[in-house]
Amino acid sequence: MALLAGGGWRPLAGGTDVYPALGDAPAPALLDLTGISALAGVQRDDDGIRIGALTTWSALVATPLPAAFDALKAAALEVGGVQVQNAGTVAGNICNASPAADGMPPLLALDTVVELTGPEGVRRVPLEEFVVGPRQTVKRPDEIVTALFVPQPGASARSAFLKLGARTHLVISIAMTAALVTLDGAGRVARAALSVGACGPVARRLAHAEAAVVGLVPGEVTDAALAVADLPELSPIDDVRATAAYRQAAARRLLARTVRMAGGAGEDGQGAVA
Amino acid sequence: MTAPEDAALRAGATPAAPSGVGFRLNGRPSRADLPGGTRLLAALRGPLGALDVKNGCNAGDCGACTVLLDGAPVCACLTALGQVAGRSVETPAGLVAEDATAKRLADAFARHQAAQCGICTPGMMAAATALLRTGEALDAARVEAALGGVLCRCTGYRKIIAAVLDAGGVSPLPSPLAETEGHVGAAIPRLDGARKVAGREVFGDDDAPDDALGLVVIRSPHHHATFSFGDLAGWVAARLGLTRILTAADVPGENVHGVIPGFEDQPVLAEGTARFRGEAVALVLGEPGALATLDLDDFPVAWTPLPAALSPAAGEAAAPLHATRAGNVMCRGRVVKGDATAGLAAATHRAEARIETGFVEHAYIEPEAGWAERVGDRLELRCCTQAPHMNREGLARILGLAGDAVRVVPLAAGGGFGSKLDLSVQPLLALAAWVSGRPVAHAFTRRASMQSSTKRHPAEISVAAGCDAAGRLTGLTLQGVFNTGAYASWGPTVANRVPVHGSGPYLVPHYAAHTRAVHTHCAPSGAFRGFGVPQAALATEAAMDDLAAAAGLDRLAFRQLNAIRAGDANACGQVFDAGVGMASCLDALAPRWTAALAEAEAANAAQGPLRRGVGIACGWYGCGNTALPNPSTIRAGLTPEGTVVLHMGAVDIGQGSATVVTQIFATALGLPAEAITLAPADTDITPDAGKTSASRQTFVSGEAARRAGLALKRAILRQANLGEDGALRLENGRLALYAAGQPERVLDPATLPEGAGGYAIEVTETYDPPSTALDADGQGAPYAVWGYAAQIAELSVDTELGTVRLHRITAAHDVGRCINPLLAAGQVEGGVAQGIGMALMEEFVPGRTENLHDYLIPTIGDVPEIETHFIESGDPEGPYGAKGLGEHCLIPTAPAILSAIRHATGARIERVPATPDRVLAALEAAGWRDGRHEPGQAG
Repeated sequence: MALLAGGGWRPLAGGTDVYPALGDAPAPALLDLTGISALAGVQRDDDGIRIGALTTWSALVATPLPAAFDALKAAALEVGGVQVQNAGTVAGNICNASPAADGMPPLLALDTVVELTGPEGVRRVPLEEFVVGPRQTVKRPDEIVTALFVPQPGASARSAFLKLGARTHLVISIAMTAALVTLDGAGRVARAALSVGACGPVARRLAHAEAAVVGLVPGEVTDAALAVADLPELSPIDDVRATAAYRQAAARRLLARTVRMAGGAGEDGQGAVA
Repeated sequence: MTAPEDAALRAGATPAAPSGVGFRLNGRPSRADLPGGTRLLAALRGPLGALDVKNGCNAGDCGACTVLLDGAPVCACLTALGQVAGRSVETPAGLVAEDATAKRLADAFARHQAAQCGICTPGMMAAATALLRTGEALDAARVEAALGGVLCRCTGYRKIIAAVLDAGGVSPLPSPLAETEGHVGAAIPRLDGARKVAGREVFGDDDAPDDALGLVVIRSPHHHATFSFGDLAGWVAARLGLTRILTAADVPGENVHGVIPGFEDQPVLAEGTARFRGEAVALVLGEPGALATLDLDDFPVAWTPLPAALSPAAGEAAAPLHATRAGNVMCRGRVVKGDATAGLAAATHRAEARIETGFVEHAYIEPEAGWAERVGDRLELRCCTQAPHMNREGLARILGLAGDAVRVVPLAAGGGFGSKLDLSVQPLLALAAWVSGRPVAHAFTRRASMQSSTKRHPAEISVAAGCDAAGRLTGLTLQGVFNTGAYASWGPTVANRVPVHGSGPYLVPHYAAHTRAVHTHCAPSGAFRGFGVPQAALATEAAMDDLAAAAGLDRLAFRQLNAIRAGDANACGQVFDAGVGMASCLDALAPRWTAALAEAEAANAAQGPLRRGVGIACGWYGCGNTALPNPSTIRAGLTPEGTVVLHMGAVDIGQGSATVVTQIFATALGLPAEAITLAPADTDITPDAGKTSASRQTFVSGEAARRAGLALKRAILRQANLGEDGALRLENGRLALYAAGQPERVLDPATLPEGAGGYAIEVTETYDPPSTALDADGQGAPYAVWGYAAQIAELSVDTELGTVRLHRITAAHDVGRCINPLLAAGQVEGGVAQGIGMALMEEFVPGRTENLHDYLIPTIGDVPEIETHFIESGDPEGPYGAKGLGEHCLIPTAPAILSAIRHATGARIERVPATPDRVLAALEAAGWRDGRHEPGQAG
């Protein structure tokens, strides 16, 4: 911490974002965090699940977790290839703050809280407030993320994640959606946590859409059922991957599909690239 | 909580304390005295000498540098050296040397032709070894998931999947043909396969001497700008380890190069004006260690950006990039046969098709690399290249030397596909080595490679075609405009090839095609597998589909009706009496076509957003230079020790010419292929077999090798006064010569006088395919040999999202005679994969997609099963009837995919790549709304 506070150092975990960002330039001063055993591992207690900051995507996939984490595990398998999943960390994905970070939509749906540690101790920031723009977070230079904390999801909560891109592997998404859905005894949506990534400067929870699907049977969640007005959080741009107009339309359809999947209404189409 | 002291890694700063990192490398203790923040890749390829670990992108996008860290695959380019302290690192060569699983895998890779150029092979092998070690039950999906992080540009992945499954005990191939002599027709593994699968192949960046200086290339950050330098000498003097800066003023000869006589227009280093983003303007020469930490932010160059023309329309309106080319039109192409206007007017049915394509990047996994040194008054260069003799001539001109004062030695090329025909890194190395007197080595960064290498020409093509009531073509016109970029490169070839091929492989009585290539402020467009023909085929084949529908004919039947046949005059008026296998290709596809249509219809009976479609397209391609001489010379000799040496100047860039040409030579000579020793395409010792392009090596160099094999056999038999009917057998360095009814004779070549070339017997044969110049209407005989192809694509379109998933490609290729079915199938699968990329995902946008994560090439999950039928029409001109194949296999793929999208949905794609947003827009134009087709909504 003292080194970070002194400035000039960049924290390093898996390196899968740090090195590409350098281009072909020499490495700057890097503070390797991987020797800190306290940051490793996934722990569960009555309050929830604590994902240590050094947890790699591969380690996450290998950890038995409730069904609410299926979306996050699905996202894990979309983060680069096996090589990147073996080195890259879940927390690093959040700190890198790419608008297309694969981990963001599922973690948002899980109401994830970011645990930051600095010279003055530990503070906790909801993930929704942690990432504030492309490559921008509220993490201070003298802090590191030490864990991601997910409050205990309901035992009956189910989740799904879909990523839309132009090829199968190693793709930066055009759009991606995550859904965490709890059904009532009649098989209707009692609670939904929905989110979208790559359709704006930061991944977002979709409050209007969450309200719109409550009370529906999952199979009724069509893209027509989700009105355009239900997605005011979307602010996509044109880029080399797709047009903004396409993202607007596709995100809604992908979201509806993701809700249906999470709700057990089956998988259809080929929205996911893998 | 505080970080332990030893966890702090300081890189790029002056090492204040010993900073070595110890770990186990391939099981042995190892240490790298480098800062802990150094990329593991740099340590492995640098001081640790693990050159089997390849650098394809240095950004985690390609997986070529995959190593196993405590058994788990990671990218060495993303791994901090300090993080491997005390751990185990295994590299591909170490695995193959030490690990039984990896050995088994290497054997399977060789037998399956899973390695073509071999540059991705180490990464594939490392990732696959980790998978096999898990002992999991394997299927194709599991293999794809495990290898999805490694890109391959040559193979189309299917043979890699098959090899991994084989090594895992699933569906093994029979052992190699142990008894075969490896002659024409034998599916032998590639002769250079063993070193590729063992990680021992030496590519462009794997050969430099330890004392070589390095380069940093200063490139234009602007599409178009003037520039001036400040105090270069002062900047160098203020920095340790730098030798000097080189600019255009330092070029001793002419600061220009090009590949087409009369069109040499590209400077080695720009002079005052940069005409495209990424153009080289200066070189910083220095010690590699100093260059690695060089900060270029204050490099003394001042840029003045100028308006940039990035499209042909903008180029035609802009001031000329080259003084002699008015309107920025570099050249035009024209082929006219009969009266196309009348032919269209007489048609019962007419169709028009338009297509627009973008830049396509070759994206070989090996960036351009090599090294050079001055040896007395000569310059010697070792590099990855497709054209060593052309490179030599170009370099001699730049250095102001005679041609024989330059030696070019090809190192293994990690993919080429056309772009490694041109000079790229070579003149920079040659200049720096010549001026400094020191060996100089350099590998382009991925970004530099993508910015500055040649590209497939963006094209705007429109076709109008007509047929009579019975469906017979009456006429076809084609207009094409190509964005040829800032410099000519192979632009004239593209502008000429397209009109010659624009009719497609059909009998078109009246035909007119006009093309032009326009300069813009983009990277030069050049040669890329097909030279413009794949772009044109997209428009021609779409028109064929429309005419078939209008005439009420099945799409395959329509093509069969119109397929060019022996005795028909093609668009240039050229007639062949034999070896025209277009109709046979369609016959071979017919069973799958019928079945695929039925399966699609059944699948589409179900509701849902997925619609299945089947498409078909044909293609043809003339082998070799268009209407120009195109000789290959092959030398061969028998050493006094009894070794047969084949001087093979046909550079093998992964496609397999070293194997195939050897098979042809061995067949003619009558000895087993494995008895032939290959001499490399070193310009000092091996004659010019022409460039590796235009699908010409199997045909042209193959025919020269056949002639050389026969000549050598005759010369040997003459020693025993035996005639043409005699035969040879090699036994322990002695040749047994025999003929029917004659006693066997043994020849000891050591008893023969040694010739000037060091051989007891030496022959040289040249073959130049017969072609003629074209007249003003493009009429004549542009090629001695044409190949024909047809492919079926089966796919599903997600009508809500516009995504396309391929299910199967079925290919039929008239290769004349299949010299090596294993390697030929590999060519087809790789060409199909590139066609898939062109159809669905690949577009280079200058300044936007200069890396392998924004520029997408197909991954292992994007190439479906490919079934290939070879048609052996027996070409009268080619060696043993063989034709070329390399480019033919790419041409029908993208049009077949667009045909299938249209069949599935009615949506017409007029812009490739057909990315999801473009497909969805086309669906909406065709009347789809929210995944449902609404008749009457069609726009």
